Amino acid sequence: MNEADIGLWAVPLAILAGAIRVSTPFLFVSLGEVLTERSGRINLGLEGTLVFGAMSGYAVAYLTALPWIGVLAAALAGSLFGLFHGLVCSLPRVNDIAIGIALMLLGTGLAYFFGKPYIQPVAPDLPAINFGWWSDLPQVQVALRVNVLFLIGILLAGLLWWMFRATRIGLLIRVVGDSTDAARAMGLKPAFIRTLATAAGGAFAGVAGAYLSLFYPGSWSEGISSGQGLMAVALVIFARWNPIACFWVAILFGGTGALGPALQSAGIPGGYYLFYAAPYVLTLGLLIATSSPTRAMAGAPGELSISK
Amino acid sequence: MAATDRATGWWKESRFSPDGWLAALARRSEAIAIPVGALLAGLAAFSLFLFALGKAPAEFYALVYKAAFGTWFSWQNTLSRTAPLLLAALCVALPARLGLVVIGGEGAIVLGGLTCGALAGGLSGFHSTVAIPVLTVAGAAAAGIWVGAVAALRHYRGVNETIASLLTAYIAIALMNHLVEGPLRDPASLNKPSTAPLAAHLRIGDIPGWDVHWGLIVGVLGCLLSWVLIERTTWGFAARIVGGNPRAAQIQGLPLARLILGFTALGGAFAGLAGVFEVAAVHGSANASLAAGYGYTGILIAFLARHNPLAIIPVTILLAGFEASSGLVQRRMDLPDATVLVLQGFTFVAILVSESLYGRFRMFAPERWSLPR
Repeated sequence: MNEADIGLWAVPLAILAGAIRVSTPFLFVSLGEVLTERSGRINLGLEGTLVFGAMSGYAVAYLTALPWIGVLAAALAGSLFGLFHGLVCSLPRVNDIAIGIALMLLGTGLAYFFGKPYIQPVAPDLPAINFGWWSDLPQVQVALRVNVLFLIGILLAGLLWWMFRATRIGLLIRVVGDSTDAARAMGLKPAFIRTLATAAGGAFAGVAGAYLSLFYPGSWSEGISSGQGLMAVALVIFARWNPIACFWVAILFGGTGALGPALQSAGIPGGYYLFYAAPYVLTLGLLIATSSPTRAMAGAPGELSISK
Repeated sequence: MAATDRATGWWKESRFSPDGWLAALARRSEAIAIPVGALLAGLAAFSLFLFALGKAPAEFYALVYKAAFGTWFSWQNTLSRTAPLLLAALCVALPARLGLVVIGGEGAIVLGGLTCGALAGGLSGFHSTVAIPVLTVAGAAAAGIWVGAVAALRHYRGVNETIASLLTAYIAIALMNHLVEGPLRDPASLNKPSTAPLAAHLRIGDIPGWDVHWGLIVGVLGCLLSWVLIERTTWGFAARIVGGNPRAAQIQGLPLARLILGFTALGGAFAGLAGVFEVAAVHGSANASLAAGYGYTGILIAFLARHNPLAIIPVTILLAGFEASSGLVQRRMDLPDATVLVLQGFTFVAILVSESLYGRFRMFAPERWSLPR
C-alpha cells in the first residue's frame, strides 16, 4: 500500500479510526445491557450471545449472500438467548448472575459447535460509507470509512434515551427496575416486563456480534470476541445506565483499545498488552471511586443485584 | 389428627416420625437428589440435542466412558486434568459460602503460574527441597493477595465482587502477556513467548507409579481441608452464618472483614497453586497456555457441587472425564471440539434451574408428611 508518511500524526488518526471501528460492538452490546439492567436484571451472558450472534450472522450472510439478513438472524438468535435468560430468571430463587455465566458458556459452546463449517468460507461484508472522500491521504480515508451500523447505533442510543425519559414503555421498565413492590402495586407483572427487556437486550448483543463477523474484523473465527460482551457490563456501570453516555464510553473504550496497536504501528515499541488492559483498569478504577458500602451507586436501578 | 397422634406418643416411635431415622434420611437426601437429578436432566437435554443432530447419544456416552474411565490409562488421562480444576473450583466455592460470587479464578491461575515462572530463575541455585516450597508458596500467596483484594474492595468499598474479579482476571492475563513477551521473555522461546524454562531439579514430577503429577494430591487435600474448615471449625461456622445473613453475623460481632478476606484469599491461593503446578509440572515455563479456561470450568464445577468442597471431587472427575474424552468423541463421531462446551452449558443451566426446586418436594420434608395433601 502506498502510504504517505505522516509521522506521529498516524497515532491520533489510528485512535480515531479505532474508536469508530472498535466502538460499534461495544455500543450495541452496552445498549442491550442498559435495557436489561434498567428493568432490574443483569445478563452476564451477553458475551455468549455476542459470539453466537457473530456466528449465526456470518453463517446466514454466507448462505443467503445478504449481509443484512445475517444481521437480522443474529438479532433473532440474540433475542432467543435473552428470552431464555429472562424466562429462567423468572423462576423463584434462580440467580440472574449465575444464569448469565452459564449462558456465556452455552452461547460460546453452541457458536463454536455450529460455526466450525463457516471458518473457511467468505461471507459478504456489511456496507460502509466513505466520509474520507475529501482527503488524498489513504490513512484518512481508511479511518473515516464508517459502517452503517455505527450510525444506526448512534440513532438507537438517542432513541433509548428518549424512550426511558418520555415514553410509557420506558417508564414501565424503569418502575420495574427500581422497585418490584411498586410495580406489583401498580398491577404490572415485573417478571414479564423483565423477560421482554432481556430478550430485546439479547437482540442488541446479537447485532454487536454480527458487526464483528461481518465488518470488523470481518470474518468468523473462534477468537472473534475479545470479551466485548463482558466489558459491556462494566461499560454500563461506567455510563451510569444512560444510553447517551454509553455512546461516549463505547468511543472511549474503542479508542483505548486502539491505542496499543496504533503506537505499535507508529514504531513505538512495548506495552502493547498493557494498553490492551487499559479499559479494564479504567473501569475498575471508576468502580472503586464511585461504589460505597452504604448506598447504591448513583443512577443504578434499585432492583439490580450488583448494586444492591 | 397429627397433633393427637403426636400427643399419644406412638407417632414418635414410628419410622415416619419427624424425629425418626427415615425423616433424617429424607432431609439429607434432598441435597443430593436434586443436584444429581439436575445433572441427569442436563445430560438428557444434551442427549436430545445430539439426537436432533442425527448422532446417537448412547454412542456418545459409551465413548466418554471408554475414553475417560474405561481403562487405567484413560483414568490417568482424566486424573491429570483433574488437578487444576479441583483448585480452580475451590476459588469459587470458598467465597461462595460467604455469599460472594467470585469468577476471576482464571486470573489467579495465571498469576500463580507467572510468579512461579518469574522466580524460578533466581532460585535455580537452591536445592529443590528449598526452592519448590518457596515457589509454591509464592505463587499461592500472589494469587491469594490478588483475589483477596477483590474481597477487600467488596467489603470496604462496596464494589461488586463478580464484576471486579472478572476485570482483575483480564488485567492479570494482560499483565502475564506483557511480561512474557517483554521483560521476562526467554530469548530462546521463538514461536511461543515464555519465561525461561525451569531448571530440571525445580520441576514437580509425577506421583510414583502414576502418569499424573502431584497437583492431584494437593487438589484433593485442598478440597478435604476446605471441607473440614467449613463444616468442622468455628471459622467455617462463622463463615456460613455470614453467607446466610451478613447483617445477623455483624450484629453477633463476627469478624466480617477477616472472614470475607480470609476465605476469598484462601480460594485465590488454591487457584494460584493450580497455576504453579501448570508451570512446574506441565509446561515447564510460564506462557499463554496458563489461560486455558480452567478458571471458567471451575465456576461450573463449584456450582454443580453447590459449593461443597467434598462434592467438588466427584464432580471434577466427571467433568475432567468429559474433557479427556473430547478427542476420541471428535474422531469417532465427527463432532466438533466444542461439544464438551455445549454439554457443560446444558448441565450448568440445569443445575441453576434446579435451585428453584428446593423445598418443593413433600418426600424431603418430614414435617409435612402427616399434613393432609
